[in-house]
Amino acid sequence: MVGPPLRAEGLARRFGGMTVLAGVDLALETGETVVLLGPNGAGKTTLLRILALLLAPTGGRLLLFGSDAARAPAALRRRIGYVGHEISCYPELSAAENLAFYARLFGISEAPARISRLLSWAGLDGAGRRPVRAYSRGMGQRLALARALLHEPDLLLLDEPFSGLDPDAVERLQQQLLELRAAGHSILLATHDVERAAPIASRLAILHRGRLAWVHDGRGADAAVIVAAYRAVVAERV
Amino acid sequence: MRDALAILAKDLRIEWRTREGLSSVFVLGVLLVVVLTVAHDPSPETAPTLAPGVLWAAFVLTGLLGVQRAFLLERENDCLAGLLTAPLDPAAIYAGKLAANVVLLAVTQAVVVPLTGLFLHLDLVPRLPALLLVCLLGNVGFASLATLFGALATRVRAREVMLPLLLLPLLVPLLIGAVQATRAVLVGGLAAASGGLGVLAAFDVIFAVAGWLLFAYVVRD
Repeated sequence: MVGPPLRAEGLARRFGGMTVLAGVDLALETGETVVLLGPNGAGKTTLLRILALLLAPTGGRLLLFGSDAARAPAALRRRIGYVGHEISCYPELSAAENLAFYARLFGISEAPARISRLLSWAGLDGAGRRPVRAYSRGMGQRLALARALLHEPDLLLLDEPFSGLDPDAVERLQQQLLELRAAGHSILLATHDVERAAPIASRLAILHRGRLAWVHDGRGADAAVIVAAYRAVVAERV
Repeated sequence: MRDALAILAKDLRIEWRTREGLSSVFVLGVLLVVVLTVAHDPSPETAPTLAPGVLWAAFVLTGLLGVQRAFLLERENDCLAGLLTAPLDPAAIYAGKLAANVVLLAVTQAVVVPLTGLFLHLDLVPRLPALLLVCLLGNVGFASLATLFGALATRVRAREVMLPLLLLPLLVPLLIGAVQATRAVLVGGLAAASGGLGVLAAFDVIFAVAGWLLFAYVVRD
């Protein structure tokens, strides 16, 4: 499976009579970080769940690494890491146990070493044996990121990763995302937090009412300019 | 198979750590057996005909409680998304969850069966191998269907109401077979129970295969 990490052509999704995505065209190149902005209800989560192969589109075409996503989902899942609104870790298990469980599912052979390295990377090496139930929101979010990186995916899909984090945790997460980008991971990050996302973006896009309404190449991505564009897009389409 | 075993081990570890499912199932099981046996106060002659009803009523009601919890584990923190983004065949998730439910229900039966014997003054020891076979077949059939519908019920509102509403009507053939087989075992032995055992075995095969095939459509949007 070779080809660009992501090519979406006219992706659409309806829930009953409601159209959530009305034809999204989006491409992501290797090593690129695309920040997807949009107000609540714009369709960001639905788009990310489709790209993570959790949800089937009702229209359009999705190519992941050059393969039709509808045809080879198991092989493609090995190359995708997804962090949703929740951390997808069992609260009664420790961080190390959660990662060991997912390592078994992904068939990772050198799991203990990789888990230890990831816990350290996420700043959780001292808390790795504590149950996840006792974690703060920031610790949970870092664990979710470690879980998504466990199988060393080429494409990382992050849905509102800054939500509920304090400024220190945001700064740390921004740094970690920059490290991942430098390591060659392709990242699609959905958020409505322009100021936090702009510094890490190589490209920005605004999703509004199920369509990409604005795309910026990321050069000179000043937060004030993006906020102005964001407000203009959202206001003119209300 | 490896994936199903990982899910089974994870579910059992969580259950052992919290004991939430086991403790609630144990308390409800004891309560039901006590109420049902004390309410009837059967003579030694009528006890073998009453026992199957007590046993399976207690088993189904406690089992419903247990299987509901199995999928609540996956709802908390949206762990189901974690499973579904892993390179698994959804059938492996079904098999792992089914195996965990069978173990939990077997623990329930290990409590309910001796208590039923105790309260009804029945000597179950001579009939134990045959009784265990009936319990196992009933357990697997119940768990096969309950695992499938437990996954379905977690996706809808009022899931605590939906699971019994969806599940109980479909369980009727299994329960008829289980009650008939248990009564036959207690009164006449294993040979007398062949008809009921056949119903149970057929039910197990049909619903385990149906669950295996349909689970992907139930858990994915």
